[in-house]
Amino acid sequence: MRETYEKLQAQLRIRKPLVVFVFLSGCLFPVQAAFGNPADSSQIPNMFKPVSTPAHSIFHLSLFVLTICAVIFAVVFSLLVYSIVKFRRRPGDDGREPPPIYGSNQVELAWTVIPVLIVLVLFLATARVIHAVQSASKPAEAVEVIAIGHQFWWEFHYPGLGVVTANELHVPVSDPAHPTPTFITLLSADTDHSFWIPQLAGKTDLIPNRVNHTWIDPNETGMFVGQCAQYCGTQHAKMLLRVYVDSPDQFKQWVLAQTQPAQVSDAVNEGRRVFETTACINCHAISGTVADGRFGPDLTHLMSRETIASGAATNTHENLQLWIQNPDAIKPGSLMPAMKLNERDLAAVTAYLETLR
Amino acid sequence: MASESITLTAVQEMPRPIGSVLHDWVVTVDHKKLGILYILYALVFLVIGGIEATIMRIQLIVPHNSFVSPQVFNRMFTMHGTTMIFFAAMPILFGFGNYLIPLMIGARDMAFPRLNAWSFWLTAFGGLLLYFSFVGANGLYGAGNAPDVGWFAYAPLTSRAFSVGHSTDFWTLGLLVSGFGSIGTAINILTTIVCMRCPGMTLGKMPLLVWLNLVMAAMVLLAISPLTAAQIMLSLDRFLGAHFFDTQAGGSAVMWMHFFWIFGHPEVYVLVIPAFAFVSEIIPVFSRKPIFGYPVMVAATIAIGFVGFSVWAHHMFTVGMNPYANSFFTITTMVIGVPTGIKIFNWIGTMWGGKIHFATPMLFCIAFLFQFLIAGLTGIMLAASPFDWQLGNSYFVVAHFHYVIVGAILFALFGAFYYWFPKMSGKMYNERLGKLHFWFFLIGFHLTFDSMHIPGLLGMPRRIYTYEPGRGWDIWNLICTIGVFFQILGTAVFVGNLLWSLFKGKAAGNDPWDAWTLEWSTSSPPVEYNFAEIPVVRSRRPLWDIKHPEDPDWQYE
Repeated sequence: MRETYEKLQAQLRIRKPLVVFVFLSGCLFPVQAAFGNPADSSQIPNMFKPVSTPAHSIFHLSLFVLTICAVIFAVVFSLLVYSIVKFRRRPGDDGREPPPIYGSNQVELAWTVIPVLIVLVLFLATARVIHAVQSASKPAEAVEVIAIGHQFWWEFHYPGLGVVTANELHVPVSDPAHPTPTFITLLSADTDHSFWIPQLAGKTDLIPNRVNHTWIDPNETGMFVGQCAQYCGTQHAKMLLRVYVDSPDQFKQWVLAQTQPAQVSDAVNEGRRVFETTACINCHAISGTVADGRFGPDLTHLMSRETIASGAATNTHENLQLWIQNPDAIKPGSLMPAMKLNERDLAAVTAYLETLR
Repeated sequence: MASESITLTAVQEMPRPIGSVLHDWVVTVDHKKLGILYILYALVFLVIGGIEATIMRIQLIVPHNSFVSPQVFNRMFTMHGTTMIFFAAMPILFGFGNYLIPLMIGARDMAFPRLNAWSFWLTAFGGLLLYFSFVGANGLYGAGNAPDVGWFAYAPLTSRAFSVGHSTDFWTLGLLVSGFGSIGTAINILTTIVCMRCPGMTLGKMPLLVWLNLVMAAMVLLAISPLTAAQIMLSLDRFLGAHFFDTQAGGSAVMWMHFFWIFGHPEVYVLVIPAFAFVSEIIPVFSRKPIFGYPVMVAATIAIGFVGFSVWAHHMFTVGMNPYANSFFTITTMVIGVPTGIKIFNWIGTMWGGKIHFATPMLFCIAFLFQFLIAGLTGIMLAASPFDWQLGNSYFVVAHFHYVIVGAILFALFGAFYYWFPKMSGKMYNERLGKLHFWFFLIGFHLTFDSMHIPGLLGMPRRIYTYEPGRGWDIWNLICTIGVFFQILGTAVFVGNLLWSLFKGKAAGNDPWDAWTLEWSTSSPPVEYNFAEIPVVRSRRPLWDIKHPEDPDWQYE
């Protein structure tokens, strides 16, 4: 009898952690559902799935901080629950006042010194990461990019490569043996913006009259999403951002294609004439033509981008036409004016833009 | 003897015509009436701010929703933030301070009764000026109305180039005017506490609520000044062509951030310290024990007051400060966790060994403890600046500060309402409705603000009027919005309970909680002069001494 009991107890001892584990994972199910969605997970800008060095270092620091906070929470939470349950007034209480206790220097000292030590540890761990990220030196192979924030889109210059593009940043994947990180200089043409791709790096603001820097060192190819993280005006919400991490060959090809002048096709002369004789050229540039506006995105290789309007719509024929005719239908409050073209001119301009590969 | 000097019988007043009563309220310089005016005024703005929040949450219930336009959404979050901080939270806390401080220190009124009325009406008209923008101003978009630059109004979005029309001017002037009111109240509270205490009440025998309000008032005085200066500079920029923050002419956007946050972060403590004050009065009474570690609680508050002024740039970890500045503001921000932790431990120490009575005020205070603990821990996460590079300006931050402002401050305020309602009105509230309010609000709060953390971790920035589907944010935003309706339900029960109790409640008596501070020694509601005779105290719990002459506190303190 006694043996069976002990056996049972032994089994329970093994099973107990298992039961706790199953229970906890059940509680965490909704969290798992959000974090571990297998379908199209590259679209979830989850900071706990980093693919680049600064995001990696932050991820490791965050696990450390989270662990310490979880321990503090468990201790204080238990103390609170215990004192509420244990010291509740019970039914049939005699109504006498409990003994007054005015304080205790020893206890106060303990719960002052222990938190101070915890803070010290947290600070040292944090300071290490601050310096590792902010004081990183730029290797010779690094790709340089200048990112300029506009209301409400992103302009990207690659000064070493002669590429100008918008909203969709292409960078090479970085091999740990031969790192090719991308160093980004952040500027703003108007108001404050913030450059944030959670899987690649933390955010850094783009502030007018100020030069900021950030860098990424991605070690996985793919497309990673983010968006402006500092309120910059009416359409802050649709100032979306995409970073394509290409293989070295893909990146080389992309750069080659981007450095070509705009394609010329006689079939769309009509559209080009309309484009060059309306207000389009006040804001947009197409290399090799008279269009050299700088207020809006460079359209020389418009069709190489998957989205228009800073990620607000996919780059399809219908969306492009709608965008030219009535930008507010896609992005109300964007600074692109409705061009009010007649149907013929609209079709011609759209056809022209669609040749800009 | 102390015991005779602080007992008082209620005075019967003759009924008067309604016009005369209203006139009394408008011209009053009585601290109790002004306190109640502050509170009622703030409650109106609390409801308005709540409606603005509800509009935002309905817009965000599904991705690509079109309940409101981006322009309206941007006005809503600007007005929600500005209203809740400047015209709901601050006035409501000033109202309680105004009402309670003279009563608790055995004084007949504040030190400067006329300044008190002047401060209230400035604050009131500041709020009206801000809301006049809905009819009198143009927004960023050139059409429409209320301010839409965000409640911290970062430059250069507020410059003439980006904010045409006058919506930003209404924002600036509204805050400037109410800021003068706040400065007046701060001076008044400081002077009252320093000069008007009754015989025997040394600094070390003041109730904790008074001590904490002293620190709060000092912080208001120091923190509002840079805000006022910044508002004046911004007005100079906008009207006289100065270039303080005009980046197109060489001004500095970052300088505005420094000015705003050296006000803005101490402001958080200005709001939370009075909440601590309520909790420090309510927990002892409902645990039937004196506060644990009174001198340490005072020291911790003063420490928060000082260190609170050296943490402001943790709002600016992403603006590209150098690593040394980032490290400095990381350590100062983390250090704040030590005195606040001490406070939580002392409140637990107060309950420890007590006989806890779970009346509505105590329920709100217990929820406060749990929620403030979580708010503090997410604060530690945000203080680690690299972690903040990810979390900053995301919905995680929104969840964090709503945990502080709703989960801690508003819960403590609700506790304070139920605790002092019998004193202010002379009527007892309905306990069952009070508990119903508590549970509705607790459920609503956790549905809304627990779920709000997660989209932040998944990369959702704040202040966006809509979001893309498929980013893992949808379900959390849905839950978040559902919680709002529980909070509305709770608030409706609260307002209903107050109104019902005001007219139909049972008489409360002078001291319904068997409490220990001086306000419970006078009638409910107190007469205009508070005390027939100025009381004399010998300990921190003068009413305990009277009730237990065989075992008075002053023998042990």
